[in-house]
Amino acid sequence: MKAIRKLVDNIKPTFSKGGKLSFLHSTFDAFETFLFVPNTVTKKGSHIRDSIELKRTMTMVIIALLPALLFGMWNVGYQHSLATGANMDFWQIVLYGFIKVIPMVIVSYVVGLGIEFISAQIRGHEVNEGYLVTGMLVPLIMPVDLPLWMLALSVVFAVIVGKEVFGGTGMNIWNPALIARAFAFFAYPSHMSGDKVWVAGLTKGEGIVDGFSGATPLANAQAGLDLPSFQDMFLGIIPGSVGETSTLAILLGAALLLFTGIASWRIMLSVFAGGLLTGLFLNLVAPSPESYLAVPAWNHLVMGGFAFGAVFMATDPVTGSQTEKGKWFYGFLIGFFAVIIRVFNPGYPEGMMLAILLLNTFAPLIDHIVVQASIKKRLRRAVIK
Amino acid sequence: MSDHIRLRKGLNIPLKGDAKNQITKTVSVDIAAVKPTDYKALNAKLLVKEGDEVKAGTPVLVDKKRAFIKICSPISGKVSQIVRGEKRKLLEIVIESDHKNEYESFTTPNPKSATKGEIINALLDSGLWATFKQRPYGTIPDPEIEPKAIFISGFDSSPLAPDLDFALKTEIENIQTGIDLLSKLSTGGVHLGLHASNYASSPFHRMEKVVIHTFDGVHPAGNVGVQIHHISPMNKGEIAWTIDLYNVAAIGRLFKKGIYDLRKIIAITGPRAKHTSYIETLPGMCLSEIKEYADFKGDEKSKETPLPIRYISGNALTGENVGKDGYLGFFHNQITLLSEGSYYEMLGWVKPFRAKKFSISHSYFSWLFPKKRYSLDTNLNGGERALVVTGLYEKVVPMDIYPMYLMKAIMAEDIDKMEQLGIYEVIEEDLALCDFVCPSKTEVQEIISRGIELMIKEMS
Repeated sequence: MKAIRKLVDNIKPTFSKGGKLSFLHSTFDAFETFLFVPNTVTKKGSHIRDSIELKRTMTMVIIALLPALLFGMWNVGYQHSLATGANMDFWQIVLYGFIKVIPMVIVSYVVGLGIEFISAQIRGHEVNEGYLVTGMLVPLIMPVDLPLWMLALSVVFAVIVGKEVFGGTGMNIWNPALIARAFAFFAYPSHMSGDKVWVAGLTKGEGIVDGFSGATPLANAQAGLDLPSFQDMFLGIIPGSVGETSTLAILLGAALLLFTGIASWRIMLSVFAGGLLTGLFLNLVAPSPESYLAVPAWNHLVMGGFAFGAVFMATDPVTGSQTEKGKWFYGFLIGFFAVIIRVFNPGYPEGMMLAILLLNTFAPLIDHIVVQASIKKRLRRAVIK
Repeated sequence: MSDHIRLRKGLNIPLKGDAKNQITKTVSVDIAAVKPTDYKALNAKLLVKEGDEVKAGTPVLVDKKRAFIKICSPISGKVSQIVRGEKRKLLEIVIESDHKNEYESFTTPNPKSATKGEIINALLDSGLWATFKQRPYGTIPDPEIEPKAIFISGFDSSPLAPDLDFALKTEIENIQTGIDLLSKLSTGGVHLGLHASNYASSPFHRMEKVVIHTFDGVHPAGNVGVQIHHISPMNKGEIAWTIDLYNVAAIGRLFKKGIYDLRKIIAITGPRAKHTSYIETLPGMCLSEIKEYADFKGDEKSKETPLPIRYISGNALTGENVGKDGYLGFFHNQITLLSEGSYYEMLGWVKPFRAKKFSISHSYFSWLFPKKRYSLDTNLNGGERALVVTGLYEKVVPMDIYPMYLMKAIMAEDIDKMEQLGIYEVIEEDLALCDFVCPSKTEVQEIISRGIELMIKEMS
């Protein structure tokens, strides 16, 4: 450890003000603070500080995403083997998924972090940790057959237009990972929807087994076809975006986020409650058992990206509601709109992305109403006394 | 009469090194300093020059705009140095003691029969007026404006704070005299907050002419601002006065003996202090008088050279880093010695276990050891970032306000919003825990301070 520290100290002057490579200061700083917690001491305010920092917070979220990522890799391989009828053992399946998914993760991080570093450099700021999470979220919410250049372009759009123009991490209005998905969704609809894109190899038409459709449960529900069993959907043995299929794996991550207190339990709970209650209501008023309205409410929670969105995207503290009361409304409305969009809008089989982006837009309004209510309460207090 | 208020939010930081109930030294102060910076918004004008002789109670400073505010020398001796900082800002008036302990004598009315006017005049004359802090803002109040009430906190909940029951146990009579006098200054009466857990054993619960309120909860339950918020919250246009118990005792002494006697028993605390205990001293004492309490060796088991010590006048959340030859602040009742955290820790942010670090977050394991005390140091434990995490400040502020929105209103310099969101109810210390818990290392206290300055400027 001392040797590394010495090395860092030796090259530090080159990157500091006046050094030859001082224009790379932010980049150097990012790597230094990655290797070592800096020796900065408190100058004003409280002399002692909690040992949590954003790097650790973000790391926790990445750890929470690992079950979904690992399951996603397996499922990519498994769906491929189902589609092609290939006889693959467990490790072959995992290896296939690994080879498909890892390039997506790498492209997402390299492109996204590259832009983050450059923007930090231009602003003269320290590199912010926000993209560590976004970079992992993006590949998990994309279809596995999306060409890598499209993924890269979506990331460029999301980071620059979705985040950096607002001032970087902490300043953005919409969840950057969802901006990436929305960009791909509207720019390249044929690669983001339909029955072919969710299973690796299907778009190229690699020897498909007869009768294998590759459609997601959402598409089936829209078409009024039979859904896979609740258990299959809960476990995630269904086609879908890389990390969104297994509600079980997502709940494992949710447990960590809730335990560490990093994600808001209010938001998570209220998104699920919103989705479930809306679903139950639609079940009640369903005109016929074949109608989409009659799809059992609990199926909505395990289909598509509902669980993933509720646990990892809606809970983003920057773009979500910031007041504790507001979080209840914000979460509930996400669940509500996600189901409504699914059921009533034939153009969009999945409503979660749009519901979260919509509520991201309205989160400041919700907070405004909550804060105004508090202000009114304070003013009333003044009148009585 | 008393009522009970339960606070569920807040945090007791488990810092190592609280003071044992024992007085281990009576400091005969050699050098003391008067620091104008101890008083918020004071426009200090010098009344003495280097070489002047002063007694305890001789005014050395006066406020330029509000000439009734006088700040007095705590000891008798000679003005040895006037320290100025940037732009000739007055920082310290250093007074060398002649060890004669001479006092200015003040004629004070009989505490029993004194009228409001007489009491205020005596306090103004003696310089003890400056021991009041008003809400809003925490500035020295205007004697012309009657406050809605006077609030005193009967316990200090900040990290390693002195046990007031112990430190003031010999001052009960003086405090009662002080309270008798204070009760004549406001028709709203005097309100004393006590901690529910040791309410019955506290020597203060028998005080007369006060309304006693008991509080149950962790820090900042002992902050007078938090107590006011729950007893009678500050609205726009209202003024309340606050004063700490030490200074109530000083008022009692002034009226009994006619002298400006500020002797007090303060705590020496912190992970880098040896023999943590109490000492008797005066405000303005030079910290070199307590150098024998500094633990230069640090952790003996560790082979590495010990970290330097930070000398804090006050507590670890709100105190001032004064250095080893600095001076005890006027309002500070404790000294905290911490290690300077100027070290690098390889991959520290991702280590699953960091036994020496404390966090309220469950991303560490400190929640498993609720009884453990930590030798926290002054490392920032990260870098400053934009605000990301929400809902955390609310967990440590037991008041019906939105700290983050208040902060943003201050940053935007939006006076209306600041008013609406509660700038009248808080001073820096009430939100000090936000500094501690913030993962983005935001300087909340500094922002609040800026907000208060702005309000004073805009409202005057």
